[in-house]
Amino acid sequence: MVNKQPVGAHYGWKDWMIQRVTAVIMVAFSVLILGFFLVYGRVEFGDWKQLFQNQLVRILALLFFLSVYYHAWIGVRDVLMDYIKPLAVRLSLQVAVCLFLIVCSIWTVSILWGN
Amino acid sequence: MKFQILRFDPDVDQKPYFKEYDIALEPSDRMLLDALIRIKSIDDTLALRRSCREGVCGSDAMNINGKNGLACITKVSELKEPVVLKPLPGLPIIRDLIVDMTQFFQQYHSITPFVINNEPAPEKERLQSPQERLELDGLYECILCACCSTSCPSFWWNPDKFVGPAGLLAAYRFIADTRDHATNERLDNLEDPYRLFRCHTIMNCVDVCPKGLNPSLAIGKIKEMMLKRAV
Amino acid sequence: MASASSLPVRKFDAVVVGAGGSGLRAALQLSSAGLKVAVLSKVFPTRSHTVAAQGGVGASLGNMGEDNWHWHMYDTVKGSDWLGDQDAIEFMCKAAPEAVIELEHFGMPFDRNDNGTIYQRPFGGHSQNFGEKPVQRSCCAADRTGHAMLHTLYQRNVFANTQFFVEWMALDLIRDAAGDVVGVTALEMETGDVMIFHAKATLFATGGAGRIYASSTNAFINTGDGLGMAARAGIPLEDMEFWQFHPTGVAGAGVLITEGVRGEGGILLNRDGERFMERYAPTMKDLASRDVVSRAMATEIKEGRGAGPNRDYILLKLDHLGPDVINKRLPGIREIALKFGNVDCTKEPIPVVPTCHYQMGGIPTNYLAEVVVPKDGNPSVIVPGFYAAGECGCASIHGANRLGTNSLTDLLVMGKSAGDSMIKFIRENNTHKPLPADAGAISLARIAALDATTGGESVHAVGDAMRQTMQAHCGVFRFPDMLEEGVTKIKEVAERAKQLEIKDKSKVFNTARIEALELQNLIEVAVATMVSAEARKETRGAHDRADFHNRPGYVNGRDDQNWLKHTLWYKDGNKLDYKPVNLTPLTVESFAPKARTY
Ligand SMILES: Cc1cc2nc3c(=O)[nH]c(=O)nc-3n(C[C@H](O)[C@H](O)[C@H](O)COP(=O)(O)OP(=O)(O)OC[C@H]3O[C@@H](n4cnc5c(N)ncnc54)[C@H](O)[C@@H]3O)c2cc1C
Ligand code: SF4
Ligand code: SF4
Ligand code: FES
Repeated sequence: MVNKQPVGAHYGWKDWMIQRVTAVIMVAFSVLILGFFLVYGRVEFGDWKQLFQNQLVRILALLFFLSVYYHAWIGVRDVLMDYIKPLAVRLSLQVAVCLFLIVCSIWTVSILWGN
Repeated sequence: MKFQILRFDPDVDQKPYFKEYDIALEPSDRMLLDALIRIKSIDDTLALRRSCREGVCGSDAMNINGKNGLACITKVSELKEPVVLKPLPGLPIIRDLIVDMTQFFQQYHSITPFVINNEPAPEKERLQSPQERLELDGLYECILCACCSTSCPSFWWNPDKFVGPAGLLAAYRFIADTRDHATNERLDNLEDPYRLFRCHTIMNCVDVCPKGLNPSLAIGKIKEMMLKRAV
Repeated sequence: MASASSLPVRKFDAVVVGAGGSGLRAALQLSSAGLKVAVLSKVFPTRSHTVAAQGGVGASLGNMGEDNWHWHMYDTVKGSDWLGDQDAIEFMCKAAPEAVIELEHFGMPFDRNDNGTIYQRPFGGHSQNFGEKPVQRSCCAADRTGHAMLHTLYQRNVFANTQFFVEWMALDLIRDAAGDVVGVTALEMETGDVMIFHAKATLFATGGAGRIYASSTNAFINTGDGLGMAARAGIPLEDMEFWQFHPTGVAGAGVLITEGVRGEGGILLNRDGERFMERYAPTMKDLASRDVVSRAMATEIKEGRGAGPNRDYILLKLDHLGPDVINKRLPGIREIALKFGNVDCTKEPIPVVPTCHYQMGGIPTNYLAEVVVPKDGNPSVIVPGFYAAGECGCASIHGANRLGTNSLTDLLVMGKSAGDSMIKFIRENNTHKPLPADAGAISLARIAALDATTGGESVHAVGDAMRQTMQAHCGVFRFPDMLEEGVTKIKEVAERAKQLEIKDKSKVFNTARIEALELQNLIEVAVATMVSAEARKETRGAHDRADFHNRPGYVNGRDDQNWLKHTLWYKDGNKLDYKPVNLTPLTVESFAPKARTY
């Protein structure tokens, strides 16, 4: 291959932004759950279950987990970009991570709505 | 005074090693560079770059007791003994304290480091208010010493792809100049997962800059401009 | 080591040796004209010594009040103590405003006035209406003008795609049998390889040689390589006795404090707290021309009115300007005072002494930057293919004493002029003249000798001897017996410099070898200086001979009858020759020599 450094992949900005946004969502949801714990003191399984009967909470939780996955995806991808230089290896690893996170997402949905 | 200096001459050495020096300094040897020249007058094989001896040319950046700095403006009296000297980290060593700066300058060159303005030049100077000119303070003073970029972990991993603090500071110097009309192209040039966004605000660069500049702040401003442009 | 005939050769239309202000300005001209140009530099371009210039670049923009190039010209002629060539001075002063505006268009971050124009500050020796009162003529970027200018010029060269050979040291000039210049030999520092740069036109822009003195504002790399190379190739050096001692070098360190400090209102005080410049220069006071101020300071110190425990320095007071002005206009000075003078200049004065700063002499050229030498009775015959600009050239714009800010102007104007002259020459002579068979032989021999010598002296020891000799025998005040003795001594040092021994034999970045080669250049400059100074029997500008102070019939110690002429020193036999000063400007009337008061 020619030894050139093409630049301008044009997702630098978007990813960076998403990383911030997902971070905010993660913090917000954590605060929410923490608040729930504080208000209710000792939380029994029942209370817990009841809370997740609420559609809104389910959606928020889904948002939270998707944020975690996307955030993780950017982070892991950056690490792979730094340490794994051979293109083929990096691509396969990235695909693997990607698949894993997609599976996680589906699983999350099924847990949240699957009863 | 005791020194431990990393030595390496590819002509004879298999790998770098530390050489110890214990030398008597004269009262006039106030800066580390004076001390190094004293050492060199005894052992002329010690290789280092130096020129202005007043902190404006950027030649004698090195790793001094673990921190990057310019030898010529580092007072010996403020150094802990033995003084451990190494070449700038992260760049290939050519010899002793001299590193190959090619990648560093390549990154500088990659940000189109010149004012771009395709309007016909007026007879007189292009006008700029003192406030507009003030925007360039803290940016144009960079001496390209590479202290910052070679202390930046992101630059160590990707010196070929991450522009690094010095280059990004320069990029913002041109973005901030009212006479430059290529802001969009400049932002496009940096809109990439490596070139700009490898900066994780680790702030090493700010800590070591011998001219007291703040590349991290400039990087933040570029990101802000991208935000402005996107929304 | 390779033999001369097997040295690799690369061909260029033009070779520029030196990437300081003058070299970069010339290169820009050449590259923009589409020529194939190689720019050689011992250091990365932005590390050239132009980066250290602080105070400003002089041009009669008239942004702060009325001004015009004719006044600038008068100040420069008067500053030169009438030794400057008035055609070259007119040329520079007239071209200066355009050169500065161009630089602004290239992106130079000049300080600004409220109306958006370039800010200009007062500077020593610059006046309104032929000496009436100080004028604000120095265009500046805080106190980092040289830095801003050098970086801007480098950036513009990146734009123009100039080809740089960084960390390549030119070793010797190559002249053919007819004496025409056909290129240079150069050493790649990283590998130790020598190569021939074959060129249609060659420019020297190698800067000054201030390192011949022990106390100097100059960078380590200012070793007069261009002068050494020219002298070895049989080109004479002009007016080498004229060295400017800058009034304000930090005592003990040599680092420069710009005259801009006094331009902004700083004043010089002796141990009694007296503003003594009022006595020496009633009109311009602290802003008199540099030779005048340095002499006054040296007199104060000599007469026991110096400050400090040893009464050996003068105080530069600027705290009355207030921290705001200091931080805005002189931030670099504050840093230097703190680091090198151990004082906070917003509170205390800075200890300063006159320090070697600038070489007025150099390789003789005309105002087109063409190198000229005497031949068959004509004092100025062009050496085809050879050009010099910047501090290493002598046009002669600065004569016996340069005005502050006029060097940066010189770099821009003469750099551009050199570029234009070379373009014209290359277009008219569009083939390479053949290299002589032994091209490169001298350079290889010099390197081989350094590698082979054992039992010689170290570069450090001989260099020290040279610097001490120059400092003691050829300083601000010069005495006839000291000069005579100095000539003998410096010749002895020059002999010692023929037997340099280096321990470092590596090919890779051998800085010991480079320093030895530099010393061989420095020593040529030192000898030229001492011999020329000894011979000039008068006081003129920076050449201040104590034996001519107050001599009846001498105007300010000057002898215009016999000594209104340029010195030419030849390496061969230390021969001296002289040529007349050009008192005829290009278009205006001549400024006739008269007494110099400020
Ligand atoms: C501290 C200081 C402050 C100053 N302030 C001012 C000021 O405010 N205003 C003003 O007008 N003037 C000022 N001057 C003077 C002015 O800066 C210099 O005269 C000017 O910069 C010289 O520029 P130059 O282009 O001739 O050479 P330099 O900038 O010295 O550059 C010389 C170049 O030649 C190269 N070189 C030398 N030898 C070789 C070789 N053998 N092979 C290859 N390359 C070589 C070097 O690498 C370098 O690139 C100041 C000078 C000093 C020392
Ligand atoms: S702030 Fe950014 S550029 Fe500076 S050291 Fe950290 S990662 Fe590097
Ligand atoms: S930003 Fe500071 S540390 Fe980095 S290259 Fe410029 S001057 Fe050096
Ligand atoms: S020698 Fe120039 S920065 Fe230290």
